Amino acid sequence: MAFAPSDEPVALKILVAGGFGVGKTTLVGAISEIRPLRTEEVLSDRGVGVDDLDGVETKTTTTVAMDFGRITIREGLVVYLFGTPGQERFWFMWDELSYGALGAVVLADTRRLTDCFPSIDYFEQRGTPFIVAVNCFDGAERYEPDDVRIALDLDPDLPVLLCDVRRRASAKVVLVTLVEHALKTLTATQR
Amino acid sequence: MTRKEWLDDDAGPVVRPFALIGGRARSSGDDLDLIALITTTGANPRDRADISPEQAHILELAAETSSVADIASDLNLALGVVRVLLGDLQDQGLVRVRPPAQVAPLPSARILKEVINGLRAL
Ligand SMILES: Nc1nc2c(ncn2[C@@H]2O[C@H](COP(=O)(O)OP(=O)(O)O)[C@@H](O)[C@H]2O)c(=O)[nH]1
Ligand SMILES: [Mg+2]
Repeated sequence: MAFAPSDEPVALKILVAGGFGVGKTTLVGAISEIRPLRTEEVLSDRGVGVDDLDGVETKTTTTVAMDFGRITIREGLVVYLFGTPGQERFWFMWDELSYGALGAVVLADTRRLTDCFPSIDYFEQRGTPFIVAVNCFDGAERYEPDDVRIALDLDPDLPVLLCDVRRRASAKVVLVTLVEHALKTLTATQR
Repeated sequence: MTRKEWLDDDAGPVVRPFALIGGRARSSGDDLDLIALITTTGANPRDRADISPEQAHILELAAETSSVADIASDLNLALGVVRVLLGDLQDQGLVRVRPPAQVAPLPSARILKEVINGLRAL
């Protein structure tokens, strides 16, 4: 174990959040090697009495698929992408996912802008650096990033950009914008 | 022994996860972060019989450091099951776990710049 700490492998975590159908899975697939990953969802039988003194509560688990991708920057430096499951019943996973996260991309669809409110609230409260990327669907009316910023009541220095998550080049710009924002946040707090 | 003997991609694990982890509800691996990095310590198991085929596979993957999420994905097992298997390996002193906070309390500006350049070059 002769490695100096700086030689140790580094793993970073970026989250992709937003409402159902906004393009989270598409974004992760456009930019990274997408990998199958499943987690358990516990469906505990709460209705069947509170008598769990013996610790043998009746629990059923189902597995749910998560969006998971990895980008190898170089040997020993890997960025992991995780899609945050949109539905409310998956809130339990958010704390775990966002712990130690470098930052989050909140995807928005201008036809259903309010869908991204829960994600924005969540990352604001947790202090996780995030950006808003408006996924431009065909046929959806185009808005300027500043209109979206106003509609979502976002901070003036919070990056808002338009993107097409199906395109790798566009997905790349989204991630670069996030990491640049995280870097700015980091240097601001260190000052 | 390849993983194909144990796992069936379409049908999911042939061995029921519950059986894999002895039906336990709690384990020392429960809180392992998704991107905690796992590395083998180089120690040998006291008894090969203590190690399940899945754990042997984990030890192979962790010989070159792997994350919890990567291991779960490579083994095609759900995260909860993998956490239990890893907790046992850790209890036996066979793997070392570095949680992200220890790996990078706050990633340094140098690392972030490297990531930005790396992403641009993709
Ligand atoms: N036209 C168009 N379709 C998209 C775009 N992004 C995603 N889609 C489609 O919208 C659907 C939902 O996207 P998905 O990534 O699964 O959303 P998720 O629920 O957030 O993971 C899929 O059928 C995608 O092919 C986009 O930018 N433009
Ligand atoms: Mg999806």
